[in-house]
Amino acid sequence: MNAVTPASFPALPAPIGLLAELTHRCPLRCPYCSNPLELDRRSAELDTATWQRVLAEAAGLGVLHVHLSGGEPTARQDIVDITRTCAELGLYSNLITSGVAGALDKLDALYDVGLDHVQLSVQAVEAANAERIGGLKNAQPQKFAFAERVTALGLPLTLNAVIHRGNIAEVPALIDLAVRLGAKRLEVAHTQYYGWAYVNRAALMPAKADVDRSIRTVEEARERLKGQLVIDLVVPDYYAKYPKACAGGWGRRLMNVTPTGKVLPCHAAETIPGLAFWHVQDHALAEIWADSPAFRAYRGTDWMQEPCRSCDRREKDWGGCRCQALALAGDAAATDPACSLSPLHGKVQALAIAESALETAPDYQYRTIGGAPRAAVPEGAPV
Amino acid sequence: MSLTPDSVPRLPRGVRLRHDTVRNAHVLLAPERTFDLDQNAVAVLSLVDGARSIRAIAEALSQQYEVDRAVIEPDVVTMLDGLLLKRVLETVPAA
Repeated sequence: MNAVTPASFPALPAPIGLLAELTHRCPLRCPYCSNPLELDRRSAELDTATWQRVLAEAAGLGVLHVHLSGGEPTARQDIVDITRTCAELGLYSNLITSGVAGALDKLDALYDVGLDHVQLSVQAVEAANAERIGGLKNAQPQKFAFAERVTALGLPLTLNAVIHRGNIAEVPALIDLAVRLGAKRLEVAHTQYYGWAYVNRAALMPAKADVDRSIRTVEEARERLKGQLVIDLVVPDYYAKYPKACAGGWGRRLMNVTPTGKVLPCHAAETIPGLAFWHVQDHALAEIWADSPAFRAYRGTDWMQEPCRSCDRREKDWGGCRCQALALAGDAAATDPACSLSPLHGKVQALAIAESALETAPDYQYRTIGGAPRAAVPEGAPV
Repeated sequence: MSLTPDSVPRLPRGVRLRHDTVRNAHVLLAPERTFDLDQNAVAVLSLVDGARSIRAIAEALSQQYEVDRAVIEPDVVTMLDGLLLKRVLETVPAA
């Protein structure tokens, strides 16, 4: 472990999770996609052997969970080989999938090589609404067929629903759907406004009253479905009192490898200008974790300003999200304006209230490779 | 739905007991989460194999640690009930 314990971080813990963004290709076009606006093309993607080496390095470093993600990870021809490598290394493999296109065709093979868990996205319960949000016709029956096969194989299933103005009324129905499909877990994840979701914020922002109702619905369902369905709730930042610990704290728990091999502390980190990211082609993962300038930039608490620096919660939420601080405060080292202690918090809430009150939500700017919106910033930002 | 001494627990697909060599600790790997385990939990889960009943697990522990089974059994039920509730444990249906 000495190699990953530089003097300035004497107690640097090993990462727990690796988010492997195998590809940015995806048949869906969700307007809240967490991928960057500039999407990587297939020709630039890492090859199989490099991913397998990265996985072996991750296991050696102490990673326990690997999240096979994208884009749509089953769009990779080698997804079965990559999953097998996880199993051989003892890594817990989690397939984060849309369940459409070729996903079902590959599922049995993934099961056979030792896939541990499936997280399936659902955009809404009602098919027309779901397919409008995901931007793909006929997606819903494919998703349901995929979910059925997951549970028939005996694989644990989690449904993930990103919640926003266009589906927040369907939260009770999403809970019923999770039960009907035999999911063990449901993630009711209010939209995080980075990347494509930031661009589409005015189209996605729900009203505070609807948010409060959705939280009550989840709390009631947790009680009613105890022992049957575990429901994880991600509450929306803009209406929150305290921010979320981004990725469990910058450079503390997670590594994110992009389709082209760039290693990020969180999936949105590339939005912060001036951060230098190292590539798996140039450095070993352990070296990147310990010494990459991007990982060191906001690790720990030394970089903090007030009110974070003297705050009791500084090692709970680690100052919130750096990317959101940049987007909303214009300074990645500022307190995340989602925090009620940020001087900008009132403005952020007012912005959310104003956007959610728009009589007609603006049209979505759908996620497209090569189609990043020119003006990638909503009006009035930073607040 | 809670466990009894006759229940036969097992770890479902997607839940694995693993020794983490980097941190030198046992962990229970489950969907989207990792449970840190103390020595007692490791001792119990090492005996969860889909064949032994909770009574048999408690019996084995009582011999291993030279404690009365009646003392151990309720603790084993409570611990495994907690995992059942979190859906990271299941029972083998009675034949």
